[in-house]
Amino acid sequence: MSLYLIQLINGLGIGMIYFMISVGLSIIFGTMNFVNFAHGAFYLLGAYLCYAVVAATGSFWLALAVAPPAMALTGWFAERYLLSRLYHAPHQYQILVTLGLALVIQEGVMLVWGAIGQNVATPVLLQGVVVFGSFVYPKYRLFVIGFTALLTFVLWLALERTRYGAILRAGTESTEMVALLGIDIFRMFSFTFALGAYLAGLAGGLTAPISGADPFMGPGALSVAFVVVVIGGIGSFSGALAGGLLIGVVQSEMSSLWSEGANIMIYVAMALVILVRPRGLLGRA
Amino acid sequence: MLRVDGIHSYYGKSHILHGVSLEVNKGEVVSLLGRNGAGKTTTMKSIVGIVVPREGSILFDGTTISGIETHKVAQRGIAFVPEHRGIFQLLSVEENLAIAARRDSIWGLSEVFANFPRLKERRHNRGSDLSGGEQQMLAIARALVNGPKLLLLDEPTEGLAPVIVDEVVQVIAAVRQSGIAVLLVEQNIKVCMNLADRHYILEQGNIVYSGSRDEFCTADQVRERYLTLN
Repeated sequence: MSLYLIQLINGLGIGMIYFMISVGLSIIFGTMNFVNFAHGAFYLLGAYLCYAVVAATGSFWLALAVAPPAMALTGWFAERYLLSRLYHAPHQYQILVTLGLALVIQEGVMLVWGAIGQNVATPVLLQGVVVFGSFVYPKYRLFVIGFTALLTFVLWLALERTRYGAILRAGTESTEMVALLGIDIFRMFSFTFALGAYLAGLAGGLTAPISGADPFMGPGALSVAFVVVVIGGIGSFSGALAGGLLIGVVQSEMSSLWSEGANIMIYVAMALVILVRPRGLLGRA
Repeated sequence: MLRVDGIHSYYGKSHILHGVSLEVNKGEVVSLLGRNGAGKTTTMKSIVGIVVPREGSILFDGTTISGIETHKVAQRGIAFVPEHRGIFQLLSVEENLAIAARRDSIWGLSEVFANFPRLKERRHNRGSDLSGGEQQMLAIARALVNGPKLLLLDEPTEGLAPVIVDEVVQVIAAVRQSGIAVLLVEQNIKVCMNLADRHYILEQGNIVYSGSRDEFCTADQVRERYLTLN
């Protein structure tokens, strides 16, 4: 029994990471109708930047403070000078260019850090386990759950309680109407894109001490993120949270029930959700 | 204040406006009449830059605005209330107003709530909870807090009950009182004759008539020819 409990908690942790990768992708898709295949590469580069800072300074906390903002800057730059040219282009052009960008990032990572994955040490403060009676669990994984939950709450507050959040929610309904109110939607797009890249980079950094940094981690993360976006509903923040947690828990529980099928089951879960709710758990008509 | 000069607008390959010219002066209410498909909405969309005219020019307060982005047109002081009203369904009434509000507007949230008591009652409701009439009121109120010098209204009374139509007419009169000019597209000719100082009639993308309130009142033949359905 306790195995399933542990897998449930593992699943929540993985799910929160999936949420952080997916939420930017979902909102960018929902507001700009833009398909960003480079999003997984932001996660990859976030993990490697984190590794590089830890390797250079020995401080994981410094890495966590530096790598995600660097990704935000990278995302902002990519949006401003490359991707913003594609907003009016058909999806296949967006896919071609962003897939190309993803490959450039991936190959760049291999040029700098090599084709073999790197390990990132767990910070000293969070090494070891916590023990509650018969329940034993790694400290770092608990930290990831707590930290991402806190961050999610802050993001939710920003989305629900600030003017920028209201504009972003309005943008998922109609960017034309937002522009008619005198709001520069392109500036809003750049900011949103940077925020999405920040979160993907942070997810990469947080995952690094658990599963390391690997040059091929981008495409896998991207496909999971698309599953989460579809399950949760395009453009929905709470949908991405629900979808991320669902996929995390399904994958984690299945890995102890039927480990060969764990990855297949996330697509089964997606198919089941689409059958019942074609627009996703929290999607809108 | 607004001077539209010989604009030609297209949707893809179809040529909708064939050289439309019109003017709106400070403080005026001007109506733009015409049958369905005459190009009234396209004229408004061309003014705010959703559709970019291929020929002709649009001047507002002496500067050219044709070809600039929609949000910049709005910042210059033109607010457009589209036919579908464009209320954000997921946002509360208050949020719909708050994202549009500008400090330099003569209409603040308190003025809006004084003139639209229903919106005050409903301010915590979501846009999707409002009736058609309430959505129209909110759309106009939202345009007003955006600080316009000119308000473009596309069919504001369409689909509304007669009592609500009267309310909308009162609101437009109050807008004029506050010194904001209005360009009004409206099928309800009584509403237009009641409110507008001048009238234009659009037919197949051309202005075919323009006249003052008094001229239009006596121009039975014009109304017969261009506006009645047959």
